[in-house]
Amino acid sequence: MNHTAPNSFRTGPDENGLFGIYGGRFVAETLMPLILQLEQAYKDAKADPSFQEELDSFLEHYVGRPSPLYFAERLTEHLGGAKIYFKRDELNHTGAHKINNVMGQILLARRMGKKRIIAETGAGQHGVATATACARFGLECIVYMGEVDMERQKPNVFRMKLLGAEVVPAKSGSRTLKDALNEALRDWVANVEDTFYCIGTVAGPHPYPEMVRDFQSVIGRETKQQMLKREGRLPDSLVAAIGGGSNAMGLFHPFLDDKEVEIYGVEAAGLGLKTKTKHAASITGGRPGVLHGNRTYLLMDDDGQIIEGHSISAGLDYPGIGPEHSWLHDMKRVEYVSATDKEALAAFQLCCRLEGIIPALEPSHALAHVMKIAPKKPKDHLMVMNLCGRGDKDIFTVADVLGVKL
Amino acid sequence: MSRIERRFAALKAEGRAALVTFVTAGDPDYETSLKIIKGLPRAGADVIEFGMPFTDPMADGPAIQAAGLRALAAGQTMKKTLKMVKEFRKDDQDTPVVLMGYYNPIYVYGVDKFLADAKAVGADGFIIVDLPPEEDQEFCLPALKAGMNFIRLATPTTDDARAPVVFRNTSGFVYYVSVLGITGTKAPDLKSVKANVNRLRKHTTLPICVGFGVKTAEQARAIAKDADGVVVGSALVGAIAASLTKAGKPTSKTAKAVHELVASIARGVRK
Repeated sequence: MNHTAPNSFRTGPDENGLFGIYGGRFVAETLMPLILQLEQAYKDAKADPSFQEELDSFLEHYVGRPSPLYFAERLTEHLGGAKIYFKRDELNHTGAHKINNVMGQILLARRMGKKRIIAETGAGQHGVATATACARFGLECIVYMGEVDMERQKPNVFRMKLLGAEVVPAKSGSRTLKDALNEALRDWVANVEDTFYCIGTVAGPHPYPEMVRDFQSVIGRETKQQMLKREGRLPDSLVAAIGGGSNAMGLFHPFLDDKEVEIYGVEAAGLGLKTKTKHAASITGGRPGVLHGNRTYLLMDDDGQIIEGHSISAGLDYPGIGPEHSWLHDMKRVEYVSATDKEALAAFQLCCRLEGIIPALEPSHALAHVMKIAPKKPKDHLMVMNLCGRGDKDIFTVADVLGVKL
Repeated sequence: MSRIERRFAALKAEGRAALVTFVTAGDPDYETSLKIIKGLPRAGADVIEFGMPFTDPMADGPAIQAAGLRALAAGQTMKKTLKMVKEFRKDDQDTPVVLMGYYNPIYVYGVDKFLADAKAVGADGFIIVDLPPEEDQEFCLPALKAGMNFIRLATPTTDDARAPVVFRNTSGFVYYVSVLGITGTKAPDLKSVKANVNRLRKHTTLPICVGFGVKTAEQARAIAKDADGVVVGSALVGAIAASLTKAGKPTSKTAKAVHELVASIARGVRK
C-alpha cells in the first residue's frame, strides 16, 4: 500500500475504477457490458453542458437547492467551543440528501433510454427518493428492501407505494440492506436490456462510486460558497455520518485538497466496537475485502463471510463502505471515528430541544461526534456538520428505545 | 495437459458431451456432502464443481443461496472445502475438480496461499463469478501461472466485441450461461443456446459447456447436441433440499437422490 500523499486527493478513480487498491469492477460477466455502457454514458453526460443544466434546474426547482448553511447558535453556546454550522440537506424534497444523487441518475437513465428503474434501500430514504423521481418522469420503479427493514420502516414502505413503486421484499440471507443489494443485482442480471440500476450510495462497481460522489458533491460545493460568504473563509472542520458514505463523500470531496480543513467521518458503533458483531463500523472495526462489485473495508469473519452490521439507524447498518472512503482512510486524509447507538440517541434528543430540528438517526451519529470534539476547539473554529436527513422516519424507533408507546 | 484438458480430449474421442455437476461443498453437512461428491463420478459426472459457500452469492438463485447458507450453518469453511477435495482425490485421480464461488473468501484466505493449497489437494481449476477479465490480475493470472485452469463464464451479453476479452485468459473450458439471470430460475431457450454456442466457437477452440437452468435429462440431451458439456447445479442442490428433514438434517435418501438424478441426466447426455 502506498501511503505517500498524492498531489491531489480529488483525481480518483483511475481508468480501472480504482482509488488506490479500493474500488474496481467485481461483477458477474453478464453485468460487465452494462457497466461499461453506463461508464461511457456517464462520461458523455458529464461532458454535455445541457445535462448539467437540466440537473441544476431540477435541483433548484424540484429538490429545493441550495440547502441552507445554518448557524446552530444554541448548540454552539451549549457546547462552548467551536462555532457549529449545519448543512441542512434534510430540507430537501423527500427529507434527505439521497435525492441529489437520484435526480442525476434518473436523468442519465432517461438519456440512455432506460424505462425500468431498480433500486435497493435500507431505511427507505433512497427508495423513497427513487420512487419520487420515477413518479415525476413516469418511469417504472422497483425497490428491493430487506424483509426485516420493511417491518422496521413501514411508513417509508407506504410512501414508496403511494408514489407508484413496487416494493419487493429481499428474503434471502439476513434480509436487510446487503441482501436488498444482492436482489437488485440479481434483477439487473435478468433484465439487462431495459433496466437501469440506481444505486443509493458511493459503493458498487465502477463507475457508481465516482458517479454518486459527483452528484452528491453539490453539498460540499454549496457549503464552500456559503461559508466563504458567511465567514469569509473556509471551515476548519467537517463532520458527517457514514453508512455507505454518500452524504459524507458529497460534503468532503470539494474540500479534500484544502489541507487545512480537518475532516471526520463518523461510523455507527452500534452497541460498541468491543461487541465485534453488534456494530456497523466497517473501517474502524473491519478490514479490506470484496463485496457488491468493489474492494473496500468490510465487516466479515476470518473465512471471508460477510457479517451483518448493527446500528439503531437502519441507514447505517451496511457491512461495507464506499471504496473512496477506504482509500482516504489509508491515506489518512479523513479521520474515521465512530459513535454508539446511545451517543447518537443523546445527540438526537439534544438537537430536538436546542435547535428545534428533529434530525434523522444517521446525522445524529455525526452530531454525537460534534459533541465530543466541539468543546475542545477554540471559539473561532468553524465546524460544519452535514444534517443529511430529517428524523420523522425515526420517531417510532426512538419512541421504542425510550420506552414510549405511540 | 491438465486433468481438465485430458478429460475433454477423452470425451471428444468418445464422441460425447461432458456432464459437469455442481453441488455446494458442505451442504447439508460435511459428511453427507463428501458422500455425495464421492459418488458423483460413478453416477455419471465427468467434471465436478465444488461450490465454495459464500454469504452473499449475487449471481445465484434461491436454491444455491439456500445451499450455501445450509453449508455455512453446518460449519463449512474454505479449509474444509479444500480438505474435501483431498478426500475425494484419495479414490479418484482422473475426474477434474473445479472450485466455484466468489472472490472474497479467497481474497481473505490469501491468493497465493489459496492457490498453493488448492493445487496441493488436487483441485484443477476455478470459476470465480465476480472476477471479470477487467480484474484478471487479482486471481486469474496468478492461477494460470500456478498451472491451474481459470474457467470463465460467457453470457448472452458476451457479444462478438466482448468475446475476445472474455476468452483471452480463459483455459480448461468455457462455461456458457444459457440465460440472462441467476442460477436455476429460468429454463434455457434451446434455439438461442445453439446459435450462441456456434457464435462463440468463432472466438475459441476451448470446449464450451452450457449451464444455468438445466434440470432434466431431455434438456441435457438437447444441449449436448450442440455443446461440449452440460452443467447441472440448481437441480442437484434442489434434490438435496427436498431430501432433508424439516429441521434441515440429511436423511438416508439425501445422497441417493442426488446420484439418481445425476444418473438420469447422464443418460440424457450420453444418448
